[in-house]
Amino acid sequence: MIATYVSRLNTCKYCCNIHGAIAQHQLGNNAEIVKQVLDDPDSAPISSKMKALLKIAAHVQSGGKNVTPADVELARKEGATDIEIHDTVLIAAAFCMYNRYVDGLATWQPDDAALYDKMGEQRAREGYLTAPFKVNPTQELV
Amino acid sequence: MAHIKLLNEELPGIVGLLNYRPETGKPLTDLAEVLLRGPSSLSSGEREIIAASVSYWNGCHFCHTSHAAAAAAHLKSGLSLIDDIKAGLPQTPVSDKLRSLLHIAHQVQRNGKNVTEEDVAEARKFGATDIEIHDTVLIAAAFCMYNRYVDGLGTWAPGPNEAYAEMGERMAHVGYGKF
Repeated sequence: MIATYVSRLNTCKYCCNIHGAIAQHQLGNNAEIVKQVLDDPDSAPISSKMKALLKIAAHVQSGGKNVTPADVELARKEGATDIEIHDTVLIAAAFCMYNRYVDGLATWQPDDAALYDKMGEQRAREGYLTAPFKVNPTQELV
Repeated sequence: MAHIKLLNEELPGIVGLLNYRPETGKPLTDLAEVLLRGPSSLSSGEREIIAASVSYWNGCHFCHTSHAAAAAAHLKSGLSLIDDIKAGLPQTPVSDKLRSLLHIAHQVQRNGKNVTEEDVAEARKFGATDIEIHDTVLIAAAFCMYNRYVDGLGTWAPGPNEAYAEMGERMAHVGYGKF
Protein backbone atom coordinates (compact mmCIF):
# COMPACT_ATOMS: atom_id res chain seq x y z
CA MET A 1 0.00 0.00 0.00
CA ILE A 2 2.88 2.29 0.83
CA ALA A 3 4.54 1.32 -2.45
CA THR A 4 1.51 1.99 -4.64
CA TYR A 5 0.70 5.23 -2.80
CA VAL A 6 4.21 6.66 -3.19
CA SER A 7 4.26 5.57 -6.83
CA ARG A 8 1.03 7.51 -7.36
CA LEU A 9 2.59 10.60 -5.77
CA ASN A 10 5.56 10.18 -8.13
CA THR A 11 3.05 9.69 -11.01
CA CYS A 12 4.65 6.42 -12.08
CA LYS A 13 1.88 4.52 -13.85
CA TYR A 14 3.58 1.15 -14.05
CA CYS A 15 4.70 1.00 -10.44
CA CYS A 16 1.42 2.39 -9.07
CA ASN A 17 -0.65 -0.11 -11.04
CA ILE A 18 1.42 -3.19 -10.35
CA HIS A 19 1.91 -2.55 -6.64
CA GLY A 20 -1.74 -1.60 -6.32
CA ALA A 21 -2.64 -4.97 -7.86
CA ILE A 22 -0.25 -6.80 -5.53
CA ALA A 23 -1.73 -4.99 -2.53
CA GLN A 24 -5.22 -5.85 -3.70
CA HIS A 25 -4.40 -9.55 -3.91
CA GLN A 26 -2.73 -9.51 -0.53
CA LEU A 27 -5.83 -7.87 0.98
CA GLY A 28 -8.26 -10.60 -0.04
CA ASN A 29 -8.65 -9.27 -3.58
CA ASN A 30 -10.15 -6.03 -2.35
CA ALA A 31 -9.70 -3.47 -5.13
CA GLU A 32 -11.85 -0.93 -3.34
CA ILE A 33 -9.45 -0.40 -0.41
CA VAL A 34 -6.56 0.26 -2.78
CA LYS A 35 -8.60 2.73 -4.81
CA GLN A 36 -9.64 4.61 -1.68
CA VAL A 37 -6.09 4.74 -0.34
CA LEU A 38 -4.86 6.17 -3.63
CA ASP A 39 -7.66 8.76 -3.67
CA ASP A 40 -7.42 9.83 -0.03
CA PRO A 41 -5.73 7.76 2.68
CA ASP A 42 -7.38 9.73 5.50
CA SER A 43 -10.86 8.60 4.52
CA ALA A 44 -9.91 5.05 3.43
CA PRO A 45 -11.00 2.01 5.50
CA ILE A 46 -7.54 1.35 6.92
CA SER A 47 -6.15 1.53 10.45
CA SER A 48 -5.12 4.83 12.05
CA LYS A 49 -1.62 3.42 12.24
CA MET A 50 -1.54 2.91 8.45
CA LYS A 51 -2.88 6.42 7.93
CA ALA A 52 -0.07 7.83 10.06
CA LEU A 53 2.54 5.74 8.24
CA LEU A 54 1.20 6.84 4.84
CA LYS A 55 1.59 10.46 5.99
CA ILE A 56 5.23 9.72 6.76
CA ALA A 57 5.59 8.04 3.35
CA ALA A 58 4.13 11.11 1.61
CA HIS A 59 6.59 13.36 3.42
CA VAL A 60 9.50 11.11 2.47
CA GLN A 61 8.36 11.30 -1.16
CA SER A 62 8.45 15.10 -1.15
CA GLY A 63 11.82 15.19 0.62
CA GLY A 64 13.36 13.30 3.54
CA LYS A 65 13.63 16.40 5.70
CA ASN A 66 9.86 16.86 5.41
CA VAL A 67 9.38 14.05 7.92
CA THR A 68 8.92 15.87 11.22
CA PRO A 69 9.13 14.66 14.82
CA ALA A 70 5.36 15.35 14.97
CA ASP A 71 4.77 12.90 12.08
CA VAL A 72 6.74 10.24 13.93
CA GLU A 73 5.02 10.99 17.22
CA LEU A 74 1.61 10.55 15.60
CA ALA A 75 2.64 7.18 14.17
CA ARG A 76 3.93 6.03 17.55
CA LYS A 77 0.71 7.18 19.21
CA GLU A 78 -1.18 4.93 16.79
CA GLY A 79 1.03 1.99 17.73
CA ALA A 80 3.80 2.06 15.12
CA THR A 81 7.09 0.54 16.27
CA ASP A 82 10.56 1.81 15.42
CA ILE A 83 11.02 -0.96 12.87
CA GLU A 84 7.71 -0.11 11.21
CA ILE A 85 8.67 3.56 10.99
CA HIS A 86 12.09 2.59 9.64
CA ASP A 87 10.59 0.30 7.00
CA THR A 88 7.95 2.84 5.99
CA VAL A 89 10.63 5.44 5.33
CA LEU A 90 12.79 2.96 3.44
CA ILE A 91 9.92 1.61 1.33
CA ALA A 92 8.89 5.16 0.43
CA ALA A 93 12.50 6.05 -0.36
CA ALA A 94 12.99 2.88 -2.40
CA PHE A 95 9.97 3.65 -4.54
CA CYS A 96 11.35 7.11 -5.18
CA MET A 97 14.22 5.15 -6.75
CA TYR A 98 12.17 2.52 -8.62
CA ASN A 99 9.74 5.09 -10.03
CA ARG A 100 12.57 7.25 -11.37
CA TYR A 101 14.36 4.20 -12.85
CA VAL A 102 11.26 3.02 -14.70
CA ASP A 103 10.22 6.47 -15.95
CA GLY A 104 13.74 7.86 -16.42
CA LEU A 105 14.49 5.25 -19.07
CA ALA A 106 11.02 5.68 -20.63
CA THR A 107 10.11 2.02 -20.36
CA TRP A 108 7.00 0.71 -22.09
CA GLN A 109 4.13 0.58 -19.57
CA PRO A 110 0.86 -1.23 -20.38
CA ASP A 111 -2.58 0.30 -19.82
CA ASP A 112 -4.52 -2.95 -19.47
CA ALA A 113 -5.95 -3.35 -15.95
CA ALA A 114 -6.44 -7.09 -16.46
CA LEU A 115 -2.74 -7.43 -17.18
CA TYR A 116 -1.72 -5.70 -13.93
CA ASP A 117 -4.25 -7.82 -12.08
CA LYS A 118 -2.68 -11.01 -13.40
CA MET A 119 0.88 -9.82 -12.71
CA GLY A 120 -0.17 -8.61 -9.25
CA GLU A 121 -1.71 -11.96 -8.40
CA GLN A 122 1.50 -13.76 -9.37
CA ARG A 123 3.70 -11.43 -7.31
CA ALA A 124 1.40 -11.55 -4.29
CA ARG A 125 1.65 -15.34 -4.39
CA GLU A 126 5.29 -15.83 -5.41
CA GLY A 127 7.13 -12.73 -4.21
CA TYR A 128 9.62 -10.72 -6.25
CA LEU A 129 12.31 -13.22 -7.09
CA THR A 130 10.53 -15.52 -9.56
CA ALA A 131 10.57 -15.09 -13.32
CA PRO A 132 7.88 -12.89 -14.84
CA PHE A 133 5.57 -14.27 -17.52
CA LYS A 134 6.02 -12.74 -20.94
CA VAL A 135 3.88 -9.86 -22.11
CA ASN A 136 3.91 -8.61 -25.69
CA PRO A 137 3.73 -4.91 -26.44
CA THR A 138 0.42 -5.76 -28.11
CA GLN A 139 -0.60 -6.47 -24.53
CA GLU A 140 -1.56 -10.07 -25.04
CA LEU A 141 -0.49 -12.46 -22.32
CA VAL A 142 1.87 -15.11 -23.64
CA MET B 1 19.05 12.33 17.37
CA ALA B 2 17.34 10.14 14.80
CA HIS B 3 13.58 9.65 14.66
CA ILE B 4 14.06 6.06 15.86
CA LYS B 5 16.30 4.57 18.52
CA LEU B 6 19.34 3.21 16.71
CA LEU B 7 21.59 0.48 18.08
CA ASN B 8 24.67 2.71 17.85
CA GLU B 9 23.93 6.40 17.93
CA GLU B 10 27.53 7.36 17.20
CA LEU B 11 27.36 6.05 13.64
CA PRO B 12 26.50 8.89 11.26
CA GLY B 13 24.08 9.08 8.36
CA ILE B 14 23.36 5.85 6.57
CA VAL B 15 25.98 3.93 8.56
CA GLY B 16 23.80 3.89 11.66
CA LEU B 17 20.83 2.73 9.62
CA LEU B 18 22.74 -0.10 7.91
CA ASN B 19 23.83 -1.22 11.36
CA TYR B 20 20.25 -1.00 12.70
CA ARG B 21 18.66 -3.20 10.04
CA PRO B 22 21.28 -5.36 8.31
CA GLU B 23 18.65 -7.32 6.31
CA THR B 24 17.93 -4.21 4.27
CA GLY B 25 21.43 -2.81 4.82
CA LYS B 26 23.08 -5.58 2.84
CA PRO B 27 21.18 -5.12 -0.45
CA LEU B 28 21.58 -1.35 -0.07
CA THR B 29 25.35 -1.59 0.23
CA ASP B 30 25.55 -4.25 -2.48
CA LEU B 31 23.74 -1.87 -4.83
CA ALA B 32 26.11 1.01 -4.00
CA GLU B 33 29.12 -1.26 -4.48
CA VAL B 34 28.13 -2.41 -7.95
CA LEU B 35 26.84 0.98 -9.09
CA LEU B 36 29.80 3.03 -7.91
CA ARG B 37 32.73 0.62 -7.84
CA GLY B 38 31.74 -2.22 -10.17
CA PRO B 39 33.20 -2.58 -13.69
CA SER B 40 32.08 0.32 -15.88
CA SER B 41 33.24 2.49 -18.74
CA LEU B 42 32.47 5.42 -16.43
CA SER B 43 35.22 5.83 -13.86
CA SER B 44 34.33 5.53 -10.16
CA GLY B 45 35.28 9.18 -9.79
CA GLU B 46 32.74 10.15 -12.45
CA ARG B 47 30.05 7.97 -10.90
CA GLU B 48 30.68 9.40 -7.42
CA ILE B 49 30.36 12.90 -8.92
CA ILE B 50 26.91 11.93 -10.22
CA ALA B 51 25.95 10.53 -6.80
CA ALA B 52 27.26 13.58 -4.95
CA SER B 53 25.55 16.00 -7.34
CA VAL B 54 22.16 14.30 -6.99
CA SER B 55 22.58 14.27 -3.21
CA TYR B 56 23.33 18.00 -3.25
CA TRP B 57 20.23 18.69 -5.36
CA ASN B 58 18.21 16.65 -2.84
CA GLY B 59 19.67 18.72 0.01
CA CYS B 60 21.27 15.74 1.75
CA HIS B 61 24.43 16.99 3.47
CA PHE B 62 25.71 13.59 4.61
CA CYS B 63 25.34 11.86 1.26
CA HIS B 64 26.59 14.82 -0.77
CA THR B 65 29.70 15.42 1.31
CA SER B 66 30.67 11.77 1.75
CA HIS B 67 30.28 10.90 -1.94
CA ALA B 68 32.02 14.09 -3.02
CA ALA B 69 34.86 13.10 -0.67
CA ALA B 70 34.88 9.67 -2.33
CA ALA B 71 35.07 11.34 -5.76
CA ALA B 72 37.95 13.46 -4.48
CA ALA B 73 39.72 10.32 -3.26
CA HIS B 74 39.31 8.62 -6.65
CA LEU B 75 40.38 11.70 -8.60
CA LYS B 76 43.06 12.77 -6.08
CA SER B 77 41.64 16.25 -6.44
CA GLY B 78 41.56 17.45 -2.84
CA LEU B 79 38.44 18.19 -0.80
CA SER B 80 37.79 21.45 -2.68
CA LEU B 81 35.90 19.19 -5.12
CA ILE B 82 33.10 19.04 -2.53
CA ASP B 83 32.32 22.73 -3.01
CA ASP B 84 33.00 22.55 -6.76
CA ILE B 85 30.27 19.93 -7.08
CA LYS B 86 27.87 22.20 -5.20
CA ALA B 87 28.66 24.94 -7.70
CA GLY B 88 28.08 22.66 -10.70
CA LEU B 89 31.75 22.13 -11.59
CA PRO B 90 32.37 25.46 -13.37
CA GLN B 91 36.19 25.10 -13.48
CA THR B 92 36.67 21.36 -12.99
CA PRO B 93 38.05 19.58 -16.07
CA VAL B 94 35.34 16.99 -16.62
CA SER B 95 34.24 15.69 -20.01
CA ASP B 96 31.28 17.01 -21.99
CA LYS B 97 29.96 13.48 -21.83
CA LEU B 98 29.90 13.62 -18.01
CA ARG B 99 28.26 17.04 -18.10
CA SER B 100 25.52 15.69 -20.39
CA LEU B 101 25.06 12.68 -18.08
CA LEU B 102 24.86 15.03 -15.08
CA HIS B 103 22.07 16.87 -16.87
CA ILE B 104 20.20 13.58 -17.29
CA ALA B 105 20.81 12.83 -13.60
CA HIS B 106 19.38 16.22 -12.67
CA GLN B 107 16.25 15.51 -14.70
CA VAL B 108 15.88 12.12 -12.98
CA GLN B 109 16.28 13.78 -9.60
CA ARG B 110 13.21 15.94 -10.31
CA ASN B 111 11.09 13.15 -11.82
CA GLY B 112 11.94 10.28 -14.15
CA LYS B 113 9.60 11.67 -16.79
CA ASN B 114 11.68 14.84 -17.04
CA VAL B 115 14.32 12.98 -19.04
CA THR B 116 13.66 13.86 -22.68
CA GLU B 117 14.74 12.29 -25.98
CA GLU B 118 16.81 15.43 -26.52
CA ASP B 119 18.67 14.92 -23.23
CA VAL B 120 19.55 11.38 -24.25
CA ALA B 121 20.50 12.42 -27.80
CA GLU B 122 22.83 15.05 -26.37
CA ALA B 123 24.56 12.47 -24.18
CA ARG B 124 24.91 10.10 -27.15
CA LYS B 125 26.37 12.97 -29.17
CA PHE B 126 29.16 13.17 -26.60
CA GLY B 127 29.76 9.44 -26.78
CA ALA B 128 27.56 8.08 -23.97
CA THR B 129 26.63 4.42 -24.49
CA ASP B 130 23.34 2.77 -23.56
CA ILE B 131 24.91 1.19 -20.48
CA GLU B 132 26.30 4.54 -19.36
CA ILE B 133 22.89 6.18 -19.77
CA HIS B 134 21.25 3.28 -17.94
CA ASP B 135 23.70 3.50 -15.07
CA THR B 136 23.43 7.29 -14.84
CA VAL B 137 19.65 7.04 -14.49
CA LEU B 138 19.94 4.25 -11.92
CA ILE B 139 22.62 6.03 -9.87
CA ALA B 140 20.50 9.19 -9.82
CA ALA B 141 17.39 7.19 -8.91
CA ALA B 142 19.24 5.24 -6.21
CA PHE B 143 20.49 8.42 -4.58
CA CYS B 144 16.94 9.76 -4.54
CA MET B 145 16.34 6.72 -2.34
CA TYR B 146 19.47 6.94 -0.16
CA ASN B 147 19.02 10.69 0.45
CA ARG B 148 15.42 10.22 1.58
CA TYR B 149 16.38 7.27 3.80
CA VAL B 150 19.13 9.22 5.55
CA ASP B 151 17.12 12.44 6.00
CA GLY B 152 13.71 10.80 6.44
CA LEU B 153 14.91 9.12 9.65
CA GLY B 154 16.63 12.28 10.88
CA THR B 155 20.12 10.79 11.16
CA TRP B 156 22.97 12.97 12.37
CA ALA B 157 25.77 14.10 10.06
CA PRO B 158 29.17 15.63 10.75
CA GLY B 159 29.38 19.24 9.57
CA PRO B 160 32.73 20.21 8.06
CA ASN B 161 34.16 18.84 4.82
CA GLU B 162 37.35 17.72 6.57
CA ALA B 163 35.34 15.34 8.74
CA TYR B 164 34.58 13.30 5.60
CA ALA B 165 38.13 12.89 4.29
CA GLU B 166 38.81 9.50 5.83
CA MET B 167 35.30 8.24 5.04
CA GLY B 168 35.78 9.27 1.41
CA GLU B 169 39.07 7.38 1.18
CA ARG B 170 37.45 4.24 2.58
CA MET B 171 34.46 4.48 0.26
CA ALA B 172 36.81 4.88 -2.70
CA HIS B 173 39.44 2.28 -1.87
CA VAL B 174 37.78 -0.25 0.42
CA GLY B 175 34.21 -0.05 -0.82
CA TYR B 176 30.70 -0.35 0.53
CA GLY B 177 29.38 -2.81 3.06
CA LYS B 178 32.80 -3.22 4.55
CA PHE B 179 32.54 -0.72 7.41
